[in-house]
Amino acid sequence: MIAAAFEYHRPADLKGALGVLAEYGDDARVLAGGHSLIPMMKLRMASIDHLVDLQDIAELKGISVAGGRVTIGAMTTQHEMITNADLSRAAPIIAEAAVQIADPQVRYMGTVGGNVANGDPGNDMPGLMQCLDATFTLAGPDGTREVAARDFYHSAYVTARDDGEILTQISFATPNGGYAYEKQKRKIGDYATAACAVQVTKTGGKVTAAAIAMTNLADTPVFSDAAGAALVGTAGDAAAVKAAVTAALAAINPTGDNRGPAEFKRHIAGIIIGRAITRALSRA
Amino acid sequence: MNDLTPTPEDRTAKLKGLGTSRKRVEDARFTQGKGNYVDDIKMPGMLHGDFVRSPYAHARVKSVNADAAKALPGVIAVLTAADLAPLNLHWMPTLAGDKQMVLADGKVLFQGQEVAFVVASDRYVCADAIELVEVEYEELPVVTDPFKALEPGAPVLREDLAGQTSGAHGARRHHNHIFLWETGDEAATNQAIAAAEVVAEEMVYYHRVHPCPLETCGCVASMDKVNGKLTVFGTFQAPHVVRTVASLLSGIEEHNIRVVSPDIGGGFGNKVGVYPGYVCSIVASIVTGKPVKWIEDRMDNLMATAFARDYWMKGRISATKDGRITGLHCHVTADHGAFDACADPTKFPAGFFHICTGSYDIPVAYVGVDGVYTNKAPGGVAYRCSFRVTEAAYFIERMIEVLAIELGMDAAELRSKNFIRKDQFPYNSALGWEYDSGDYHTAWDKALAAVDYAGLRREQAERVAAFKRGETRKLLGIGLTHFTEIVGAGPVKNCDILGMGMFDSCEIRIHPTGSAIARLGTISQGQGHATTFAQILATEIGLPADSITIEEGDTDTAPYGLGTYGSRSTPVAGAATAMAGRKIRAKAQMIAAWLLEVHDGDVEWDIDRFVVKGAPERFKTMKDIAYAAYHNAIPGIEPGLEAVSYYDPPNMTYPFGAYVCVMEIDVDTGTHEVRQFYALDDCGTRINPMIIEGQVHGGLTEALAIAMGQEIAYDEIGNCKNSTLMDFFLPTAVETPHYTTDHTETPSPHHPIGAKGVGESPNVGGVPAFSNAVHDAFRAFGLRQAHMPHDHWRIWKIANQLGLHG
Repeated sequence: MIAAAFEYHRPADLKGALGVLAEYGDDARVLAGGHSLIPMMKLRMASIDHLVDLQDIAELKGISVAGGRVTIGAMTTQHEMITNADLSRAAPIIAEAAVQIADPQVRYMGTVGGNVANGDPGNDMPGLMQCLDATFTLAGPDGTREVAARDFYHSAYVTARDDGEILTQISFATPNGGYAYEKQKRKIGDYATAACAVQVTKTGGKVTAAAIAMTNLADTPVFSDAAGAALVGTAGDAAAVKAAVTAALAAINPTGDNRGPAEFKRHIAGIIIGRAITRALSRA
Repeated sequence: MNDLTPTPEDRTAKLKGLGTSRKRVEDARFTQGKGNYVDDIKMPGMLHGDFVRSPYAHARVKSVNADAAKALPGVIAVLTAADLAPLNLHWMPTLAGDKQMVLADGKVLFQGQEVAFVVASDRYVCADAIELVEVEYEELPVVTDPFKALEPGAPVLREDLAGQTSGAHGARRHHNHIFLWETGDEAATNQAIAAAEVVAEEMVYYHRVHPCPLETCGCVASMDKVNGKLTVFGTFQAPHVVRTVASLLSGIEEHNIRVVSPDIGGGFGNKVGVYPGYVCSIVASIVTGKPVKWIEDRMDNLMATAFARDYWMKGRISATKDGRITGLHCHVTADHGAFDACADPTKFPAGFFHICTGSYDIPVAYVGVDGVYTNKAPGGVAYRCSFRVTEAAYFIERMIEVLAIELGMDAAELRSKNFIRKDQFPYNSALGWEYDSGDYHTAWDKALAAVDYAGLRREQAERVAAFKRGETRKLLGIGLTHFTEIVGAGPVKNCDILGMGMFDSCEIRIHPTGSAIARLGTISQGQGHATTFAQILATEIGLPADSITIEEGDTDTAPYGLGTYGSRSTPVAGAATAMAGRKIRAKAQMIAAWLLEVHDGDVEWDIDRFVVKGAPERFKTMKDIAYAAYHNAIPGIEPGLEAVSYYDPPNMTYPFGAYVCVMEIDVDTGTHEVRQFYALDDCGTRINPMIIEGQVHGGLTEALAIAMGQEIAYDEIGNCKNSTLMDFFLPTAVETPHYTTDHTETPSPHHPIGAKGVGESPNVGGVPAFSNAVHDAFRAFGLRQAHMPHDHWRIWKIANQLGLHG
């Protein structure tokens, strides 16, 4: 459980970090909170010759809520998101999900950027960001580009980010209406057996918009357009919730692990999605 | 005397003796990070060792090439079985009369087995060098199921035992069979069951778990080639046993070996055994002449050092129609892994499993235990319990529940009907134990009243009705347990480990100014011995506990003892402490009489002093006496005030308890919430109520872990599936419920202060209480038996199989 030797880089700005990546290519990886990468290195399942620590880069930190948009710097920790009053007012689903990540010690170190960029299907923020229809900003040697969270994930640990790019910030329109992040896990510190993020708006007793995304139920986060569509135009009654759950379940592809076999996870997913939708509707 | 003269109550309180919730003296250093654990020990020139471990559960080792590793700067040596063979140390004896490979000798038998030992200048170089050792394996068929292991065509695991039709515990009937151990009267039991009005039969599996102490195992071995002295600091629950074994294995005379257990961060049975890491560190230190440290990481600990349980218990219990139990038959298939490295008293290869008649007056019983080799890690230790007692308690407490179902009877009533009555103690069980004391009905009635048992059953019935009406998706389980422990191993006449009798010891030295040091053969791993043994002594010798230092764990200074496990410290070493204290007091009486110029018989003991009978104003305190013992030339009495006692207990002690767990279960998700947990413990005389409460909280939390999620499981090719704390359940404060503790006090009649031991009771009683709550929630829907651990998936599976998901 000791990592192999590596070179440690600690650039002071984004340009410097991109420079290290450009210089060492495949042999370099950026380090955010380290809660996925460091264990992999200690298990010697990841061999990194050049580790680029982003913690000194001020431009990657901070939360801003302005002009109907929320922008979060990639190096913002989960703890900072949980305790930021502006963010909790603008998008309370963030704190609701973030407090369900691991434990306080992890949340002091773990960052939103690391959580979304790593492509680990067990991470909670990717599904949440798909639910919020967030946009990820990627900085590379040739400038920056933006990728929608809903287009970012290709398969486990494989994303739209190129090796030479750094995910610098996340932004999304300030959500309206009801929300819920529901998660079942075996214990504190565990990844989800099933988790679901829901944002829903209602006007005049009818659902006008709904976004539903799920965590750890496939090799990527799963955003289900059909599940949201099943709610829109309805009163959010039991039949509509059931239809949305059915639609959401059609999009998942869980695999068995120590948490249980796929059929169990599929059943739990149905329960958790249903509860998330119901709770979100109750707040809408 | 005047108003300023302390009252007897004041004087008693000042001692902080028996019955006082004295704060733990250890905690000042532990809570400030000032403990001194093995990995804190750093010696000049110290080297580090670590293992190349097998990725396979069963494979032939074709070759080990360490050339690249040895070429790495900082690497001092790479030891393999070939290097240890000339010293005859490539295998070592186990505590169970088997032998175990120190380093892979031709083959590996479990994933994580030690293959080569790398010694390097620092821990980082070690880790790099391990990667460079090239081992060529040829995979062999794997067997992880003990029933399949006993099939005729099963792979031969232990080729070293070829042709051996008997082992340390009798005949072997198959190449993967270790022993069959039997006790009781099988013919009479079968007859009673055949004749019975009601019989319940069930297979009860107690899954493989791991003690998982916060501190993993490790040692620092240091051979001083100048004076020929070997010092080993290590995580040893039995340092004297380690010294003797090290002497027998190495040929170094015992006086030249010093074994030290410094602070230990939890043992729970994991640190009783002798591990390859110890042997390799010692050999490496002898070879290099430098200290060598070996410390497991968490994965090493979970995968390779001793597991617990893994008992398949097939039971039959019979009764009359009105619920009087008439017989109990149990056959166990015991999965011991690749080597039989159980830590049991030698004559008991299944430990004290035959306490499995529990708290009940069962006229006839039989137990047979088949030990089996599989491609799993060795061990079989007593994880926070006396030897195989938690398996026994789980078995009988499940069989009682199953019998209650068969009888259509309330499980509390069934227990009450069959308890050994108070007037039957000392009670001789059908399987050969003499229970020392107990008052089960009183404890049981107190527990049921405390939780309003009748009210709980009413609520449960209402819940079931509401569930059936579709008004709720949660069920209520009421988990009952009345357990009887057997601890304090043990009488030398039948308890030994490798021939070493299981007595224990205490040596007391009173200092002239009235303070003292006492040394014991045990070793605390968190139990608070430095606190509680001082309290025993304070009451015995009348010096304040705060003036008494307790020291354990250094074989150069402590008297010989068999260590701490199986709740034996208080029953055995605690008794030795009281007896040594009484020797001190006996000499003090003579000194007091001389000082008071009266006959010995004319003074009597009074809390902290001897007083002249009938003249309480004439007295000598123990402080006065201590000074006089050293500085007055008393005719006929040697100077000094010291005593030593080696205590061979006449019997085990039998703590017991009544637990009730009330659990809410979500049928749809398989999640649970412990709404209430009531634990009544009777551990005889209570030394420190606060420490007892802490022990109960800790033991219950480990029981929760075991019952509700903890396991060491293997896939079909022998990969360990739970080698990290992500997948091995160790509860945090969040998962831990609130516990309500209570007690009755039935002293042991044969123990000098009547104490019985408590550290392990909550694990023994807790596991069936949690598990029975899960079972009980589904009783109304037809559940009889579902194996632990009751994690979300398995609870969900129960509901699913009972058709509760619609």
